[in-house]
Amino acid sequence: MLAWTIYISFLGVLVLMLLPRDAARAARIVALFTAVLGCGVALVGAMQLAQQGNVGEVTTIVKTDWIPAIGAHYYLAADGISLVLVVLTGLAAIAGILFSWNVEKRTKEFFAFYLALIGGVYGVFLSFDVLLLFVFYELTIIPKYFLIARWGSTRKEYGAMKLALYSFVGSHLVLIGLIAAWVVARGQLGHPSLNLLELSQLVHFPAGFQCWVFPLVFIGFAILAGMWPFHTWAPTGHVAAPTAGSMLLAGVVMKLGAYGCLRVAMVMFPEGARHWQWAIAALAVVGIIYGAGVALVQRDFKFVIGYSSVSHMGFVLLGLATLNTIGLDGAVLQMFSHGIIAGLLFAVVGRMVYDRTHTRDFNDLEKMNLGKLLPFAGMAFTIAGVASMGLPGFSGFVAEFQVLMGAWQVFPKMTILSGVGIILGVAYTLRALQKAFYSDAPPAAHDGHEDHPLEPISGPERAGAVLLIAASLVIGLFPTLLMNWIEPCFRSQLFARLLNGGAQ
Amino acid sequence: MNHSLTTLTLVPLFGGIVVAGLGSERNKLVRGLSLFFSLIGLTGALCLWTHFKGASGDLQFVEKFDWVPTLGAQYYLGMDGLGLLMVMLTAIVTPLAILVSWSMNDRAHIFNALILWLQAGLFGTFTALNFFHWFMFWELGLIPAFFLIKLWGGPKRGPAATQFFIYTMVGSVALLLSFLAIWLATKTKTEPGCFDFITLAGMGKSGVLTTKLQAAFGWKNIGLMVFFGAFLGFAVKVPVVPFHTWLPAAYSEAPSAVTMLLTGVMSKMGVYGFLRILLPIFPDQMRQVLTPLLWLAVATIVLSACAAFAQRDLKRMLAYSSVNHLGYCLLAMFAAVGAATNVNQPEIQKAAGLDGVLLQMFNHGLTASALFLFVALLEKRSGGLRGLDDFGGLRKVVPVFAGLMGIAIFSSLGLPGLNGFVGEFLVFKGVFPLAPWAAAISTIGLLVTAIFLLTLIQRVFCGPLNGRWAQLPDLTTAERFLVLPSIVLMFALGVWPQLILGTIDATVVALVQKISF
Amino acid sequence: MNSVDYLQMLRLAAPEMIVTVTMLLVLGADLTVLRDKSITARFHFGALLSVLGCASAAVFAFTRREHDDLLNGILIVNPHTDFVKVAILALTIFTLLISTAGKFTDHVGEYLSLILLGTIGLMFLVSAGDLLMIFVSLELASLALYILTAFNKRNEHSSEAALKYFLFGGMSAAFLLFGFSLLYGLSGSTHLTDIARSLAGKGLDPLLLVALVMTVIGFGFKVAAVPFHLWAPDAYEGAPTPSAAFIAAGSKVASFFILARILAVGFASSEGSAVWHGYLAGWTPVVAVVAALSMVLGNLTALVQSSVKRLLAYSAIAHAGYMLLGVLSNTNASRSALMFYVITYGVTVIGAFGVVSVVEEATGGDALKNFAGLSRRAPLVSLCLLVFLLSLGGIPPLAGFIGKFFLFSDTVAADEKHLGLLWLVILAIAMSAVSFYYYLQVLKQAYVEDAPADAPAMKVPVVITLALVLLAALVILFGCAPSLLTQFL
Repeated sequence: MLAWTIYISFLGVLVLMLLPRDAARAARIVALFTAVLGCGVALVGAMQLAQQGNVGEVTTIVKTDWIPAIGAHYYLAADGISLVLVVLTGLAAIAGILFSWNVEKRTKEFFAFYLALIGGVYGVFLSFDVLLLFVFYELTIIPKYFLIARWGSTRKEYGAMKLALYSFVGSHLVLIGLIAAWVVARGQLGHPSLNLLELSQLVHFPAGFQCWVFPLVFIGFAILAGMWPFHTWAPTGHVAAPTAGSMLLAGVVMKLGAYGCLRVAMVMFPEGARHWQWAIAALAVVGIIYGAGVALVQRDFKFVIGYSSVSHMGFVLLGLATLNTIGLDGAVLQMFSHGIIAGLLFAVVGRMVYDRTHTRDFNDLEKMNLGKLLPFAGMAFTIAGVASMGLPGFSGFVAEFQVLMGAWQVFPKMTILSGVGIILGVAYTLRALQKAFYSDAPPAAHDGHEDHPLEPISGPERAGAVLLIAASLVIGLFPTLLMNWIEPCFRSQLFARLLNGGAQ
Repeated sequence: MNHSLTTLTLVPLFGGIVVAGLGSERNKLVRGLSLFFSLIGLTGALCLWTHFKGASGDLQFVEKFDWVPTLGAQYYLGMDGLGLLMVMLTAIVTPLAILVSWSMNDRAHIFNALILWLQAGLFGTFTALNFFHWFMFWELGLIPAFFLIKLWGGPKRGPAATQFFIYTMVGSVALLLSFLAIWLATKTKTEPGCFDFITLAGMGKSGVLTTKLQAAFGWKNIGLMVFFGAFLGFAVKVPVVPFHTWLPAAYSEAPSAVTMLLTGVMSKMGVYGFLRILLPIFPDQMRQVLTPLLWLAVATIVLSACAAFAQRDLKRMLAYSSVNHLGYCLLAMFAAVGAATNVNQPEIQKAAGLDGVLLQMFNHGLTASALFLFVALLEKRSGGLRGLDDFGGLRKVVPVFAGLMGIAIFSSLGLPGLNGFVGEFLVFKGVFPLAPWAAAISTIGLLVTAIFLLTLIQRVFCGPLNGRWAQLPDLTTAERFLVLPSIVLMFALGVWPQLILGTIDATVVALVQKISF
Repeated sequence: MNSVDYLQMLRLAAPEMIVTVTMLLVLGADLTVLRDKSITARFHFGALLSVLGCASAAVFAFTRREHDDLLNGILIVNPHTDFVKVAILALTIFTLLISTAGKFTDHVGEYLSLILLGTIGLMFLVSAGDLLMIFVSLELASLALYILTAFNKRNEHSSEAALKYFLFGGMSAAFLLFGFSLLYGLSGSTHLTDIARSLAGKGLDPLLLVALVMTVIGFGFKVAAVPFHLWAPDAYEGAPTPSAAFIAAGSKVASFFILARILAVGFASSEGSAVWHGYLAGWTPVVAVVAALSMVLGNLTALVQSSVKRLLAYSAIAHAGYMLLGVLSNTNASRSALMFYVITYGVTVIGAFGVVSVVEEATGGDALKNFAGLSRRAPLVSLCLLVFLLSLGGIPPLAGFIGKFFLFSDTVAADEKHLGLLWLVILAIAMSAVSFYYYLQVLKQAYVEDAPADAPAMKVPVVITLALVLLAALVILFGCAPSLLTQFL
């Protein structure tokens, strides 16, 4: 049933393309309907799967022959981790559409690219054949490019091209590793295979081989996850993207990279992962601190959020580097949590503030007294901000808590450094909150064109904000809802070699 | 399972949401509803008080519920005398704060909602017994406080609010890291780590905790480091000199209702933290650094009193005075820890000090909020002026006001017959036998406090009348009723402290036993 | 001297014969019946006739199951070569369909028959196993291509391009002949398998090395590999678009097929090795160097092009580099991957040139800015362009990606133990990533830029649209279900 999330999204694309050129309203409704349907299927399918079987084991959804000559199958399956991320995609998709309700320029094409991106993302999270995963992964690059290049703002073409090229380069690094692994696996198995389960459980790649293939594949995916120093596409891309674009980029697409790191790189090459553990953790911590530090000095509101995404993804990567259950658990939970929270942050900055004020410069925003003019936006950003700081009660706290726990067991000194990152996180969030909404600067002098009041926050925006806040709050208060899906996965065969010291 | 504690916390939370949703047009309704909700909180607290079995030192109204089993996070609520006292204090001060802000019209719905949410956070902190959700409420109290200062405060509110937030956050992060370390140390292959305050207290008492920490981290002094982290978290809140620099700015810039809450209740969070968490869980470490701690307490008492003496702004003076009064609590606590091992000292003396601490917490909360209430009333009449030199001879113009404020000042001074005396007396009674030198130096603080408070009375109320205020109106009937409960309690508790002592005695004894060998 | 059984020859060469007859028919019809019709009508009718002829030849070749070798290498017929011929015929059909919109010449019949002549030459090339036959068919095809390049008499670039192409072509033909004669001298035979047998175990003779290099030069020119590529950008730009399409598609298929055969069979003794840290002199390292240079130069130069046709030319050079990987890895799997890649590349590039011709027709030029706003002006055509360029860039699930995946994985798999050819694959993948940029630039014009306000609506002939849609559908189909094609390879 979960496979229908992919098909529904692409069917939505088809319907949208058939709509007449200027049918903006119809396009929005079709898109929203598709996203809601997709999310519904995701939730129902996920719960069904969780109840039926063992959510820790990989449950097959579809498996048919595709290209037997190279051992490729059309193999869709899910375990707890996939379910969590599929649900995230569903929620983020709906929220993104709600916040793009005001797109007027070529609306149906916008939503067509949007739904194509969503479909591709669903595909990545549900694929258990490496080639199929790669196909869906690359598939998402093109809609991303067009969403930003056509409907974005600051330096949109440059940002879009940078994002596309970085993603492409990353995925090609992965391709090199995959081809090499495929050849070696074929030699060991006697027949070609691209089945992830076979490649990770039946094949034992030689240690020396793993030591150079793992960084290749990991970095290839980590580029998209915003690992320092390959993160430079992220701030530019996020700022250039239209609101829904940034919400999806930071919320879901960056998670594609992290997911690839976990599902492909770490599971297939556990000895390599262990070998490079320290390097990954170090880069992750640098990312956490660097992202937070740079966010602290930005003048552009959206850049603050963009860099904060790099910082938060650093936590995900740190969690992955711990190679113990609790750290990995935290990493996956942080993927979910940050997806929701980053979506909310970009929604406030992009849709609620920028679309009305047409500026993101703090020097200008300070004078606009937005706390009074847009109280809902102020409140939404406050809640999103404290959630992003890691305040208990919201999903971020449980996730970061677990990552820190896991990290402390393995890298105590680096954990303390990430604590510094948390404090910086408080600082830049507070600074942004103050400067944008609650500044004490005198309001701008009234010239003629300042008199029009700002448009009030519309219904779809409120709905989207409430959806995301509720999601973060629910998981913050009842984290077991998701943790019951994630934790059993790490006890399964698939992760056994990774977690048991990479031994045979 | 009795759900009274959860209900108590949820009522102001829900009330805040309702009030916030009312919008900015219906201020009368807003105020009425928020008062209503805070009074429900008061009623609830009173009910708990009457149902509380003072004779038993055990936890009552316990609620326990597995929340995130793999992380050892339980939803564990419980109340002993200490918690009850604090809840009572919160329940009393909050309606007063709401009443003081009756005339505030600027975004009244958000203002009152924030106060209610702050109350919810405080109720939650004082009833939680598992670090995970205790920390949640601890942090949750910060946000409304920050916004209350930031949006409705005085001219320098921005930096004051930010400083307040950052200081407290840094302390909280240190606290979090310490508890992470504890969790890791108490984790076994099959069981998750421990966050339960009660269990950890048991481990602390037996010394098992220190051993486990050392085993987990391989560092002899790790127990001390973890202790410092937790200490920092609470030290910022109390505050202990030298972590107090956020306080004068925050207290003076905040609107008076908020200052009442800040000084009356939020500062007690720090002391509560010491009593509930630091003392029971780290008795060994505290004994190790006892002398420096005593010095810090003494410094807090003396230096803040001297600083208060040097102030010209009434609110700042009272702010430093708050620090001073809480210093006595710290002194007694540290002394009690120091003496806990000494089996020669009768238990009763050890208990005396801690009795004093609890009493002082409650009384100071009451008195200080009353004092700030008076300052608010004065400010309202003077159009915002609150300098020491702005007034003079007000006794002649506003005799009732002068009289009632005088009572509060004398209570703060520690005049026998009023509530402030009992607490301070018990503190010194407890400290003298245990750490005489500290008690001796702290009396300087008593002296200086008396000086500046009397100076306050002299400058503001006595002496020649400052012509400016010749037409100053006295307290209205409503205002008299507003201050009446506090005054009555000041007298009542001064004359008959058994009102409270009866309820908390058993708890104190249990506390002493927890920290003894 | 074997006597030739002409009946047998006719039977085996039936597809070629059918096409020859078609060619004569088209020429005749154009010269007589259609003299007075409009150019478009003549093109349509002639193209229809040619398409019918090619189609029937293709069906014939596809359905027969012959295994024969006429005159020891002059005409090798087996299902493998038959399928390649079917592919060439299909590509020719599409080229013909695209040429129907052409307005660049009055000599319609001659144009179409030259295309068919070229096809015949390519078909014979595919069946050749003898050096002389290879040379003769190669020349037949090349001569047709030179003239096709020059066909736009009104455009001076066309004749310049053709002259360049001809001079380069002549030179390389000379090199090739010289190489072949050396080969004959060394082995005493012109048949590939006999050559292999007599050279076996003899090691690398300096003369053999010279012959090898000459051969690579000769074919390198044909497929536009570096450093023999200098004619390609001008030829692709100057030639009328259908001719360029034909050069890029059909001739590449045949040339690679036969190059692979010559090197794998004829030069089997002097294979050498291009493995990392395992260099061994032979044809493999030579081809490896050529491939690497092509990939790098082709992609890097394409980055700075502003004319889409030149961009496609440089990309063709780059793709020739990728295809040479399939040649040098020298296993059966890599050869079938090569054929898959070349055929799908042919389909894609004809489509791309088709779109270019549409744009040229409507806007008068093929610069990047002429493509602005294409998605609004001609959405279906633009969509096809998206498919073609993304396939060239290697985006799944299109044929280009799968082709690259097959090619690269088979290249690496050629040395399973040590993954020695990985360095070439890494280079290829890196350059492939670079190529993404310039394809995206064209798509950016089409989808992101707005059309100039005074642009008239674009009218695209139905035949062209149909052809483009069909090509795009094939690209997607082969991408999603490559076994449809690979089962025949």
